[in-house]
Amino acid sequence: MKPPPFTYHRARDVAGATDLVAELGEDAKFLAGGQSLIPMMNFRLARPEHLIDIGRLGELSFVDVGPESLRVGSLSTHRAVETADLGAGFEVVRDTMRWIGHLPIRTKGTVGGSLAHADATAEWCLLAVLLDADIVVAGAGGRRRTIAASEAFLGFYTTVLEEDELIVEVAFGRPAPHAAVTEFAERKGDFALVSAAVDLDVSSGTVSGGRVALGGVGPAVVRVPEAERVLHAGGRAGTDLFETCAQAAAQAVEPPGDDDAGTGYRKALVRNLVVRACEEAVAR
Amino acid sequence: MTEPDKVLLTLKVNDAVHEVAVEARRTLADTLRHDLELTGTHVACEHGVCGACTVLVDGDPARSCLMFAAQAEGSEIRTVESLAGDDGSLSDLQTAFSANHGLQCGFCTPGFLMLAEGFLAERPDADREEIREVVSSNLCRCTGYQTIVDSIQDCAERRRNAKEASA
Ligand SMILES: Cc1cc2nc3c(=O)[nH]c(=O)nc-3n(C[C@H](O)[C@H](O)[C@H](O)COP(=O)(O)OP(=O)(O)OC[C@H]3O[C@@H](n4cnc5c(N)ncnc54)[C@H](O)[C@@H]3O)c2cc1C
Ligand code: FES
Ligand code: FES
Repeated sequence: MKPPPFTYHRARDVAGATDLVAELGEDAKFLAGGQSLIPMMNFRLARPEHLIDIGRLGELSFVDVGPESLRVGSLSTHRAVETADLGAGFEVVRDTMRWIGHLPIRTKGTVGGSLAHADATAEWCLLAVLLDADIVVAGAGGRRRTIAASEAFLGFYTTVLEEDELIVEVAFGRPAPHAAVTEFAERKGDFALVSAAVDLDVSSGTVSGGRVALGGVGPAVVRVPEAERVLHAGGRAGTDLFETCAQAAAQAVEPPGDDDAGTGYRKALVRNLVVRACEEAVAR
Repeated sequence: MTEPDKVLLTLKVNDAVHEVAVEARRTLADTLRHDLELTGTHVACEHGVCGACTVLVDGDPARSCLMFAAQAEGSEIRTVESLAGDDGSLSDLQTAFSANHGLQCGFCTPGFLMLAEGFLAERPDADREEIREVVSSNLCRCTGYQTIVDSIQDCAERRRNAKEASA
């Protein structure tokens, strides 16, 4: 279908964008890559009265690789990240991009738009939660704050962002050389039914800790402390440990059964995908 | 109801500059088709999954149904109409689609052509696996895809051979 009418505004800078949204109120929305908002408007699931196009804010489009950190500007496209050199330890971020839709979606969709849209299987949300990223936001009147990814996602398409808050960048604080993301979708390029991400602390073949995050098992992306405890207890990096970890993850979650997949099927996917992600992570 | 807001835009499409006044909600796809009469770009699903509307935006394949025309101001847009020569002679990519039966009804073809045009410009060395992966972004209800992959691979190989011959 065709999208409903709205008034178009083009932002010149971050302050202008946030102040304008504050002034126009809840019927105004930012427009970044449009790859989530425009489909929703075409379906008439979203009817914003004002769109503030932030697409020209070049200052938000950057990838900044430091010795121990990685900062990605919110307007960077998935494709820009996929083709960037992200430095040692952040390969997982680059390699995860290929799971997001298809090439023509990745050339337009942005990091900030993904985080703000907060789909329960969005790869950017999964990466941010897995790697304890910081999300930097700007608000009206020059306000700025940093949100820990662990506190950012509240539920179905819901974040802690205020109406006037614009995501400026996402910062990954420490490298994750043994991290991997994997997922399952019925068709190539679809949103995943279930996605799994792990980051292992491993040296000389022994695991001494790690992080586990899942998408598609609830209203938002989650970390799984039960599975992480298995990794902290440690052991030889191999099938036994990974299967115990995956089993703990599957037991800890209670995925919703819906038209796409039942609860049992999603749990089975968790078991398989966590093992696979662990294997890919050690192999790095 | 009040008159819908119109925006005055300057769009650069296939190296020509156009001025259009359209409703802000007008997608790039509809602007190309209805305002600029470039009906080679097709529209089907209007939510990003079929790829019939794929055009190049600053060289990158993008869904023109998921872009408002207003967002395209300042960018270089290329549509399927840019491929053939002024005399109507097919480009090498179009010739490869024709030779390899890369189309049947042809509805999806403009989208596949622009997808392949953008992709091969960036990845001239792409192998069959990569081409399969990229082609998975667009839908075709006729061909079964094999001949589309064949067409793109054929074109890529010919371009590589031509480059080697001239080196
Ligand atoms: C066919 C298809 C397949 C897809 N597959 C996947 C997939 O597998 N995985 C996946 O993760 N995504 C997928 N997507 C979605 C895609 O990744 C989008 O790019 C992303 O969800 C939103 O980014 P955007 O820049 O397009 O945001 P927009 O659509 O422009 O905006 C989305 C929302 O975020 C808000 N917003 C945008 N930028 C900011 C900002 N900087 N600060 C605050 N709020 C902001 C907007 O107001 C809006 O509410 C797919 C999309 C399509 C069409
Ligand atoms: S019409 Fe644009 S992707 Fe289907
Ligand atoms: S040739 Fe008919 S849809 Fe592809």
